[in-house]
Amino acid sequence: MALLGLLDREPSHGYDLKRDYDTYFARGRPLPFGQVYATLARLARDGKAVAGDAEPGGGPDRKRYAITPTGKYEVEAWLGEPIPAEPYLQTDLFVKVLLSLMLGRPAEEYLDAQRATHLRRMRELTDLKQQGNLVDALLADHGLFHLDADLRWIDLTAARLAALAEEVAS
Amino acid sequence: MNGANSSSVVGGGGVIVEARDLVISFGETPALRGASVSVKRGEVLAVMGPSGSGKSTLLYCLAGILVPDSGGVSFDGQRLDTMREEQRSRLRRDRFGFVFQSGQLVPELTAEENVALPLLLGGTHRKEALRGARAWFERLELDGLERHRAGEMSGGQAQRVALARGLVAHPDVLFADEPTGSLDSLTGELVMSLMTGAAREEGTTVVLVTHEPRVAAYADREVIVRDGRVTTIATVAG
Repeated sequence: MALLGLLDREPSHGYDLKRDYDTYFARGRPLPFGQVYATLARLARDGKAVAGDAEPGGGPDRKRYAITPTGKYEVEAWLGEPIPAEPYLQTDLFVKVLLSLMLGRPAEEYLDAQRATHLRRMRELTDLKQQGNLVDALLADHGLFHLDADLRWIDLTAARLAALAEEVAS
Repeated sequence: MNGANSSSVVGGGGVIVEARDLVISFGETPALRGASVSVKRGEVLAVMGPSGSGKSTLLYCLAGILVPDSGGVSFDGQRLDTMREEQRSRLRRDRFGFVFQSGQLVPELTAEENVALPLLLGGTHRKEALRGARAWFERLELDGLERHRAGEMSGGQAQRVALARGLVAHPDVLFADEPTGSLDSLTGELVMSLMTGAAREEGTTVVLVTHEPRVAAYADREVIVRDGRVTTIATVAG
């Protein structure tokens, strides 16, 4: 959907779309060219984009793609539609804590180690936020708020460990 | 974790502040029960922990504001806990800066006079002190607020004025107790960014008490205070 959205700005070559996708969305996981052209071919097949005539030079990148009214409608609808609120009820953090308590292992040590790991990542994201532009900051903040939520849960759980251990044992 | 009866508890050359086995009680309530921590020169250290864990008490002991019942605190090779109060007071004024949760500006003074206070107390002439203070207004994005009083500024502005006051005398160590505690998250981020940026430029060591991970993430390292002791976290990969 991100590629179709980028195409909604102006008709573009596959190369330009890949470059813009990598700049804004990829974050160290650049889109392979093959995937860009496969996606564009699929969008054309489904009537969401149309390929212009091949320009001189040959090769798949010589085609400029444009979004169709169907494609525009799909982008519009997708942008306004909320994504499901994750239930967050299946998480390794939770499983590790509960299993530790069941097995009589030191859950507190695990929570401390997890806290340190989370904080280290938060420092990296804070660096990214301070050195990057506003787009970088926006993405870094998304990560930071999620890690922050985990840490609040970790602190709350650490404070409840004794009571939890009793409940698990009974 | 050995006894703290040596004349100096400061270890290697890289350590500027060190506390060893601190114990302190308020009445019957123990606040620290054997807390030890080392702060390296130039580092920004976050002291985290739940409310009531003793993290602020630890900060006040490190800053020589509180004297522990037992254990030792050293700054730059000098024992803080055994020195005379006048000496400790001079050290706090000359070598330490402070930022608290809510600015604690003197309401009768203008922003620039508030910032100049540590310089004035240190004997700098008024004109020179105010000149030194004004240099911080642009640096902390406070231009135009020099003549405002505390009541005429937002919480974030007042806190940045407090930060300027904490740094104006070029302290060796800045002690910050929940410096973003009364700010919304965007303003808190600005204060943290400016604080750590300025401290790193100046080479100032920062000891920052916070319970907020997003604030602690501006530090180089964190320690956790729990039940009056400092927990060192084993950082494991993954």
